[in-house]
Amino acid sequence: MIEVKDIHKSFGDAHVLKGISAVFEPGKTSLIIGQSGSGKTVFIKSLLGLHTPEEGDICYNGVTYSKMTTDEKRNLRKEIGMVFQGSALFDSSTVEENVMFPLKMFTNQSYKEMLERVNFVLNRVNLDNSNSKYPAELSGGMQKRVAIARAIVMNPKYLFCDEPNSGLDPRTAILIDNLIQEITDEYQITTVINTHDMNSVMEIGEKIIFLQHGVKEWEGTSKDIFRTDNKAVTDFVYSSNLFKKVRQAYLMDDEK
Amino acid sequence: MNYIEHIGKYFLMLGQVFKRPQKGSIFKDSLFRELDDLGNKSLGIAAFISFFVGGVVSIQTALNVDNPMIPKYLIGFATKRSIILEFAPTFVSIILAGKVGSFITSSIGTMRVSEQIDALEVMGINSLNHLVLPKVLVTVFFYPFIIAIAIFLGILGGWVAGALTGLFATKDYIDGIQLDFKQFFLIYAMIKTMVFAFVIATVPAYHGYYVKGGSLEVGRASTQAVVWTSVVIIALNYFLTQILLS
Repeated sequence: MIEVKDIHKSFGDAHVLKGISAVFEPGKTSLIIGQSGSGKTVFIKSLLGLHTPEEGDICYNGVTYSKMTTDEKRNLRKEIGMVFQGSALFDSSTVEENVMFPLKMFTNQSYKEMLERVNFVLNRVNLDNSNSKYPAELSGGMQKRVAIARAIVMNPKYLFCDEPNSGLDPRTAILIDNLIQEITDEYQITTVINTHDMNSVMEIGEKIIFLQHGVKEWEGTSKDIFRTDNKAVTDFVYSSNLFKKVRQAYLMDDEK
Repeated sequence: MNYIEHIGKYFLMLGQVFKRPQKGSIFKDSLFRELDDLGNKSLGIAAFISFFVGGVVSIQTALNVDNPMIPKYLIGFATKRSIILEFAPTFVSIILAGKVGSFITSSIGTMRVSEQIDALEVMGINSLNHLVLPKVLVTVFFYPFIIAIAIFLGILGGWVAGALTGLFATKDYIDGIQLDFKQFFLIYAMIKTMVFAFVIATVPAYHGYYVKGGSLEVGRASTQAVVWTSVVIIALNYFLTQILLS
């Protein structure tokens, strides 16, 4: 479980996170939504320790991150998988080398054992027979799947995804969403996803946090989001006519 | 950010670079990769430039020594001294600062802007140690070999130029390069090379690691890195010459 307690983060004069608190539970997919510039990426990077909040605490299973020693932080990070917005695969390494890298770094497994594990996770993300390809030879969706494979290869307890669907066609985006959801259920991972994608919100949003101007404006489930009257949320979520109609249909069903 | 802050940040970076590598086998792989990228691939340009500049130095010396009172063997002597003391260690290092420095900044900078460095950090890896330490070790311990080759080829180039132009006899040139040989000058050249090699690896790494923005900023950082590496080499050259030769 991850507990975020009233975190604040500024860059110069820009106060990006203004006292955000949240709880992320194991086996659940939590989504952080909000407009560009609302502080989503800074929030997720603060959870990862890539940014240090000026105020507030982040606790992993009850242990405060800021009070951990460097070694404790490094050990915690071995339990974290991260899928970056641009995949962040190592350009000069093949798919196999990318996915194998954390195993090589943190385990003493033989090459055969590591290869078995790499092939297993690549199979899990439906990417067989791509071991020797370089990231530049893959499509955006395939790169995302390699990034997911690398993120889960160490059996993480926590999975973070920053805009996993950005730049993907709707079909691939749904595939990625379902894959994340399946992995979260299967391994009871605490999953936190940053997204703009409303399909993802409807499909996999077990818990949704809406950020606006660095403040947590709303929190609920994908069902709650249809019923909410919070203007900031409805302006963001139902900006398209399609989603307005989806909402109307849902509310009519609810009344029946 | 002012210069003092940059200098402080640079030394803090070095504190992270010089830590025990987290996994020996991965460090060894990185070391061999860097040996190829920063070492082997720099040999050609260093050899080419050394040979031709050695030739130019000997021709210019010969053309300026037109007084019959000055013995011809001084051409070989002057060529050898200028190549060992200054040309090979300093100017080849400045050329390498351009070639290798821009490569280091752009490769690390691209990793920064494409979040590959963040990916390393999230995995619990000391990214500075992982990325920069192999580069530092390869440049500091391999560049003396490049400079030794540059010294040899520079002197050889001087002789070839003389033989082709007929400005001086081979015997005079060989007498000149054997005259008053001082072993310390070679040690001096190697000390300078190792110091400059350290600068060539770390200053561009600093510019690449802390770059912010996109590809345009990476390009700017590469240019800045080459400029600052050259400035630091020139300044250190002055101080090292004072300290080691006076």
